[in-house]
Amino acid sequence: MESATVALEHGGHGHEEHHGPPEAHQSSRIDRQTLGILLFIVSEVMLFGAFFASYFFLRVVVNPSSWPPQPYELPVAVAGVNTAILVSSSFTIHYALEAIRRGNKAGLKLGLVLTWMLGLTFLFIQLNEYVHLGFSARDLGFGSIFYSLTGLHGAHVFVGLCLLTFASIRAFRGHFGPEEKDHLGVEVPGIYWHFVDVMWIVVFLTVYIL
Amino acid sequence: MHNPLRSEADAFRWVVIIGLAAASVIVLTLLTRPAIGVVWMALLIGFGIGFGYRAARGSLHENVEVTRGGDGRFRLLVVANETVQGAELLGEIRERCRDRRAEVMVVTPALAASRADHWASDIDEAIELARQRMELSLIEIRGLGLKARGEIGDSDPNMAIEDALRVFAADEILISTHPPERSRWLEHGVVDKARERIELPITHVVVDLSAVGTPS
Repeated sequence: MESATVALEHGGHGHEEHHGPPEAHQSSRIDRQTLGILLFIVSEVMLFGAFFASYFFLRVVVNPSSWPPQPYELPVAVAGVNTAILVSSSFTIHYALEAIRRGNKAGLKLGLVLTWMLGLTFLFIQLNEYVHLGFSARDLGFGSIFYSLTGLHGAHVFVGLCLLTFASIRAFRGHFGPEEKDHLGVEVPGIYWHFVDVMWIVVFLTVYIL
Repeated sequence: MHNPLRSEADAFRWVVIIGLAAASVIVLTLLTRPAIGVVWMALLIGFGIGFGYRAARGSLHENVEVTRGGDGRFRLLVVANETVQGAELLGEIRERCRDRRAEVMVVTPALAASRADHWASDIDEAIELARQRMELSLIEIRGLGLKARGEIGDSDPNMAIEDALRVFAADEILISTHPPERSRWLEHGVVDKARERIELPITHVVVDLSAVGTPS
C-alpha cells in the first residue's frame, strides 16, 4: 500500500493530520499533475491528427505522380540520424527519473543535461536541414505540409526543451527527491518528452520513409 | 479498466514499443516497397490498439499473491462500501470470528460516480463518504470485541482487495454487496474475479438495506 491514510487500530482513534481533500490508498489513482499532462497530450494528438489528415489528403487524394514531387528530395539519412538522437533522449530522461527514484541526484542531473543536449542537437540539425533542403513552405502543397508538420513538431521540441531547462535548474538546486511526489517536476516533463519522441517517430515514418 | 499510461515509466515503455515497431516498418520498407511497409504499419497499429486495450483491462495481476500471518491469529478481510454497516455482514463477521483470536480489516472502496470520475480520480467526496461508513462500521465491529482496523480502498474493489492483501495476511475474505438486482459490483463480476484470482476462501454476503431499514 503506497499511501495508506486511515489505519484505525482497535482502541485507537482518528486519522493522520493532513490538509485538503482526504487522501486514500488507491493503486489506480493518478495524481493531478500527471492527469493534466495526459489530457494535454490527448489534445496535442488531435492537433497533430489534423496536420496528418492534411498530409494524407495531399498525398493520397490529390495523389501527385511521385512523392515527394519532382525535383524535391528529402534527406532521409540525416533525418534518420536525427531520429536516433531524439529516441536516445527518451532513454536519457528515463535514466534521469530512474536515478532520482533511487535517490541518485547526480544521475538525475546527468540524465537531464544529456536529454537537454540531445534535444538541442535534434533541433539544430532540423534547422540546418531546413536551410539546405532547397525548397520552402511556398513550394507546392508538399512544401507547405512538410514544413507545417516538421515545424509543428520542432515547436514541441522547443517547448520540451524549455520544460527540461526548468527541471534541470530545479535539479541543480536540489528540489527533487526519491519519493514520487517529490519528483513530479521531472516526471511530467518526462512524459511530455516521450510524447514528443513518439510523434517524431510517426512524422519520420510517414514523411520520410513511406 | 485502467489507464495504461499513468507514469513516465509507462510512457517510456510505449516509446520503446513504438520505436521497435517503427524500426521494423523502416527495414521492411527499405528492403521491399513502401506499400508493404504501409500494410505492415497498419497491422502493427491494429496490434498496438489491441495490446493497449489488453493493458488497460489487465492492470490487475492474474493471480494475487497472498501473504500469511503464521501467528495463529485468524485474519478476516472485509470488503464493503454502502453495505458496510449491514446487519447481515456484521452477523457473518461475528460468526467467522467466534471463539477465535481474530483480527478484522475493513476495506471500503471509494466509489467513483462514473467512469470519467474514475479515470480522472475525481473521488474526493466518495472518499469522505467511504471513510464515514467505515468508521461507523469499525465502531460496531469493535463492539463485538474484535480487533479491527480500516482503510479506504481503490475505487476498483478488486484492486482494493489486492492492495489490502499486500499488507494484511488475510485467512478469509468477506465481500459484501447489495442484492443482485441492485449491485453494481455483482454486475461487474467483482466476486467472481476475486474468486478467480485469489486462493483464499471468499464469502459473498448479500445485504439488503431496504429490507432491514439500515441507513445506507
